[in-house]
Amino acid sequence: MNEPARRPAIAPSIPAVIQIEGLWTQFDDHVVHRDLDLVVMAGEVVSLVGGSGSGKTTLMRQMLGLETPARGSVKIFGIPLQGSPARTLKKIRKRWGVLFQQGALYSALSVYDNIALPLRELRVFDEDFIRDLVMLKLDMVGIERRHAGKMPADLSGGMVKRIALARALVLEPELVFLDEPTAGLDPDRSDSFVRLIEALHSKLGFTVVMVTHDLDTLVSLSNKVAVLAEQRVLVYGPLEEVARTDHPFIHSFFLGERGLRALSAAKEPSSGPLVPAADR
Amino acid sequence: MIREPEVRASSKGDSGNVIALLGAWDIRSLEREARSLQRALRERGRAREVCWDLSGVQRLDHIGALLIWRAWGKVRPARIELRPEHAIFFANLEGTGALVPGRRGTDWLAPVRGLGDLMLEAVAHMADIVRLLGQMLIDSMVLLRNPALGPWREISASVYRIGTQALGITAAVGFLIGIVLSYLSSEQLKAFGADAFIVNILGIGIIRELGPVICAVLVAGRSGSAITAQLGVMRVTEELDALAVMGIPYTVRLILPKVLALAIAMPLLIVWSSGIALLGGAISAKLQLGMSVADFLNGLPAAVPIVNLWLGVGKGVVFGALIALVACHFGIRIKPNTESLGAGTTNSVVASITTVIVADSAFAVMFNDVGIALL
Repeated sequence: MNEPARRPAIAPSIPAVIQIEGLWTQFDDHVVHRDLDLVVMAGEVVSLVGGSGSGKTTLMRQMLGLETPARGSVKIFGIPLQGSPARTLKKIRKRWGVLFQQGALYSALSVYDNIALPLRELRVFDEDFIRDLVMLKLDMVGIERRHAGKMPADLSGGMVKRIALARALVLEPELVFLDEPTAGLDPDRSDSFVRLIEALHSKLGFTVVMVTHDLDTLVSLSNKVAVLAEQRVLVYGPLEEVARTDHPFIHSFFLGERGLRALSAAKEPSSGPLVPAADR
Repeated sequence: MIREPEVRASSKGDSGNVIALLGAWDIRSLEREARSLQRALRERGRAREVCWDLSGVQRLDHIGALLIWRAWGKVRPARIELRPEHAIFFANLEGTGALVPGRRGTDWLAPVRGLGDLMLEAVAHMADIVRLLGQMLIDSMVLLRNPALGPWREISASVYRIGTQALGITAAVGFLIGIVLSYLSSEQLKAFGADAFIVNILGIGIIRELGPVICAVLVAGRSGSAITAQLGVMRVTEELDALAVMGIPYTVRLILPKVLALAIAMPLLIVWSSGIALLGGAISAKLQLGMSVADFLNGLPAAVPIVNLWLGVGKGVVFGALIALVACHFGIRIKPNTESLGAGTTNSVVASITTVIVADSAFAVMFNDVGIALL
């Protein structure tokens, strides 16, 4: 089923899910972002890439409202994060889900309680309903029932990521942030995690913004790539287009040995002379 | 136009009863109306032989689907009209069986078992501390042959953090204790006309007993908890393992400096805060009994044999080392999660204060005929 089952619930006049305009980030004298613009449309899967120190994670934290940019505005679902009343922001926060790099499961709560927490916070559903829903989400991310009572400290890294994803998706978000979704997973688990996100995305039709270093993840998940370099979004577009751009960072990132391998593996019948045939 | 979720029942001629669901059945709308919808669904859902018409559902997600699914009694009804893009939610639900929670019987022996566990754990703590002390001594043997390897810089830093930076708080508390003690005793002494004995009471009481214990309690709360938390976080972030694989014994790098620093800083702090407490006592005595501060201080050497000061200082060395050992012991036992960190720090402070009091009682019994001047 490729047709997204649920259109994101935003007004038709504001098709952009995320809209960043003229954003500046500054730590004392060190400017990280200079007049940065970025627009993410509904249903897209956007990867943020860039060298270390290029401010990918900072940008994501600014989209989440965890950090405030020095200048410029960040609008989510058309609502500015700065200067909106707390009630409005609370509504936005119920419409997105975040997968943190280390999972950020609450270590004092069991797996079950971790996923149930956002539902309980709504104070709408009874415990029976919550149990059914938690079990459904566990099934969706492929975690067996017997793990529901475990504490996060007793879980492997791959399971932590899956459970954190289940928690991020439990309120049926329209926008999902993934911070290094496959970092710290072995290639096999990383592959299956990417497939899981892919399957959930195609079923549920949410918008995804992710930060990743892993080329395989990037190639197989994202349909748009934003390259952060020189304090701004250097290129923003489909992967093929980005990879063709002439810039030292893009050369070393995409057209290094690892990049070529990932690109050629994903796009065997590639359109356009992306890679010279002899190098493949 | 997205509408509110709604349950509408009707009977359409030949097709029998139809229950139509309309509007948006997703979390955003259900958040407000879940309860009333649940009730409406339950009432309508009891009727058999109905056709469920879900083609009017504009938006659906797993939460809405689950609400409907539960109204159906978790079985797909025979007659159902569904938009094709919504089928996936019910397919997901169909695959999810019910969770059977494991029931456990009441364990009548639990209190007994709990008590036993508690005692065994106390013994395990004891054994662990002894093992830690032994390990530290064995590891420090290297320093005898090669003193340059010693963690002197760490010791100095710890003395500064634990001692110098605690001067203010120990002085403030000591001063107040001196005033309180002097104030209360002078009332009683005045009644017996034994004003001069205020020097004996305060001198012996503060130098021998209160100074060391109050300092120990303050340091246990202030530095003991910090040591436990620091080691605990190092355990969580695998820094202890990193030291181990580099062949640097953490007992020498981390624990020995803390133990030595506390053993050095504690007696100094005790002398300092006892002095301030006596000053507070002298000032209070001047106000209450009219005894001049100079008289008070002049009377001290006669009333308090010097051995009491050495006893107080000696207690300081022992208390300091004990607090550091207990704090390090709890720090190393911390498991990598937030709850363990909090519990470990609390337990560390409680255990080190208890240990100090127990050691103090031992001192009191051992030295009961030392340093008490009989008139």
